[in-house]
Amino acid sequence: MRILVTGLGTFWGSRLAQQLEKIEGVETIVGLDSDEPRLPLERTEFVRADSNYSILDRIVRATKVDTILHTHLIVDSTEISGRALHEINVIGTMNLLAAAGAAGSPVRKVIVKSSTLMYGSNYKDPYFFRESMPRTRPPRTRVERSLLDAAAFVRDFAIDNPHMTVTKLRFSNVLGDDIATTFSNALRLPVVPEIFGYDPRLQFTHEDDVTGALLHATLNDVPGIYNIAGDGAMPWSEVCTIVGKRRVALPPVLTAWAAEPLRMLRIVDLPPEVLSLLRYGRGVDNSPFKRAGFRYRYSTAGTVDAFARGLRLERAVGDSHPAYKFESDVETFFRHSPAVVRGDQPT
Amino acid sequence: MTDRPDDRDVRYLETVSRDAAESEPIRSRPTEERSPLNAIAGLNVDSLDPDAPGLSLVPAPRPERLDLEPEDKAIRKGDVDAWGRSENLRALARKVYDPVYKHWFRAEWEGLEHIPREGGALLIANHAAAIPSDAPVIMHGIETELKRPVYGLAEYLFRALPVLGTLWARSGGVPAHPDNAYRLMHDDHQLALVFPEGAKGTGKLYRDRYKLHRFGRGGFVEIAMRSGVPIIPIAVVGAEESMPVLFKSRRIAALLNIPYFPITANMLAFGPLGMGIYFPAKFRLRVLPPVHFDVTPDQERYPRALVMEEAEKIRESVQEALYDMLRTRRSVWFG
Repeated sequence: MRILVTGLGTFWGSRLAQQLEKIEGVETIVGLDSDEPRLPLERTEFVRADSNYSILDRIVRATKVDTILHTHLIVDSTEISGRALHEINVIGTMNLLAAAGAAGSPVRKVIVKSSTLMYGSNYKDPYFFRESMPRTRPPRTRVERSLLDAAAFVRDFAIDNPHMTVTKLRFSNVLGDDIATTFSNALRLPVVPEIFGYDPRLQFTHEDDVTGALLHATLNDVPGIYNIAGDGAMPWSEVCTIVGKRRVALPPVLTAWAAEPLRMLRIVDLPPEVLSLLRYGRGVDNSPFKRAGFRYRYSTAGTVDAFARGLRLERAVGDSHPAYKFESDVETFFRHSPAVVRGDQPT
Repeated sequence: MTDRPDDRDVRYLETVSRDAAESEPIRSRPTEERSPLNAIAGLNVDSLDPDAPGLSLVPAPRPERLDLEPEDKAIRKGDVDAWGRSENLRALARKVYDPVYKHWFRAEWEGLEHIPREGGALLIANHAAAIPSDAPVIMHGIETELKRPVYGLAEYLFRALPVLGTLWARSGGVPAHPDNAYRLMHDDHQLALVFPEGAKGTGKLYRDRYKLHRFGRGGFVEIAMRSGVPIIPIAVVGAEESMPVLFKSRRIAALLNIPYFPITANMLAFGPLGMGIYFPAKFRLRVLPPVHFDVTPDQERYPRALVMEEAEKIRESVQEALYDMLRTRRSVWFG
């Protein structure tokens, strides 16, 4: 297997490359990004490329990759400007798929990491979205629109290339020790925001299940669109209770105005799509991907609990992974120095 | 009652061993890490088990899919299920509402044996009173008599309301999305209650009492067919007189953006307090035999003609039952 990973400089890209390196059947891993990988990688080859992948065509032909893992869709609108978001999500996906589908392309499998954000959050929503259900209100934010545009490209690509396995995974909100999301940022605050009078049902996916699901799609053939979310659904109030935080209410009217000072003071950034999630919540049906053979390691409650445990440890010792300290110089020595005897390690 | 936790442990152990057998080398952390949690869960299962004698409701058997795994039960701090219903809040609501049910409305049931003790079913009933008094009576009655929860399907609008919407969801309200109904009845084997007349039923004037409106477009029949569950019609007498609508103001309703703005007899009698005080009409509820459909469940669609025919048959059976009950009713207040 020869794999190309987009967004190697992001959390997910690096994580995934790290996991792929451990798999024997994976011969080559090529990672693309404009930024350096975030984690130490052993045999992944990093190619610095702009985020709309204009040189991708040449890379695909030269490296003969058969699988593309497209992890570089931005779903957190707080980390980037609207313009750049459009470039990465829409134009990036478009160019990526154009290169993958070019005549004579060696690519046989494309996996796209998307978000359940594209279902939106509205009071008319079903409690558990199925993959086939459309959103109930047109998208109002840029990030949602860009995800829908990207989804349309993926759908067209799957129709135009019936000989390829195209998998799209829609992930619900992610929590974990290592990843910073709007929700993990909010839950790290001394008091956690809520909207007065609303206690939405939410689902969470553990960061390990995110990489697990992407690997499952990489190593098996599971064409189609799948929702990924931990089992069950939980009210926001209970999430806060498990994490051990008090809540402070934003007013139910003019909520965005009330959230604005929080953003300006850099306390927490609650963009419109997160505010509507805090109002109406969202649930998705996660059973099709289970039927496709994936086993979750964490339920929604388990994810929140694991996050709470990490947070407690972090509060006590200032780090959620105190056991492992990466010292890059030493690790580089172990990896590359001819003085190290490497007989028993896979290279 | 006593063997359920054991059952669960066994099943859980099975899944764990299966897990270990299947665990692939690509997993970053071994699955055995679950076991300490499991041990904790094993200790706590008894105290959190809903079958324990302290709690009054025995939930209907659920499929494995939504069954909380033991470790989840140990983690959860509340009792709000995936549908937003809180058994604790329902228990409190039942305690508060019980005197109203017993002494104000003096609700009496017949044919309760038609409601299944387990498995999904769709309860439908006639709808009345400006602020419907029938839904709480039906839900309270079934929950106390049959000891199983009832989910009330209603307007999406509730979900949009702050405070009220949350309370509504916690006490068993679910937006009437067809897929919600399907999951509740088909996947979770629960009882769902729906009023096919909708707001047309509660907004009708007193002079039209006990005359059923059309039953929507038959959507309730279609969803019962798809879910493969029976429909159980319930005829309710008493709700009409508990808060009769004398006039309706279209203009105020349009202004407030609500389906209707009623002037009720209660308002005339008690002033503004009449918005919340019902007349003590005697409630009689008759559960009719379940209607089973001879169709394959899980179909995308069902013949319109068949759906409409079944819906009309059910409507007529409820209407007949109402007339029959009214024939024997001697007094609005004493039944």
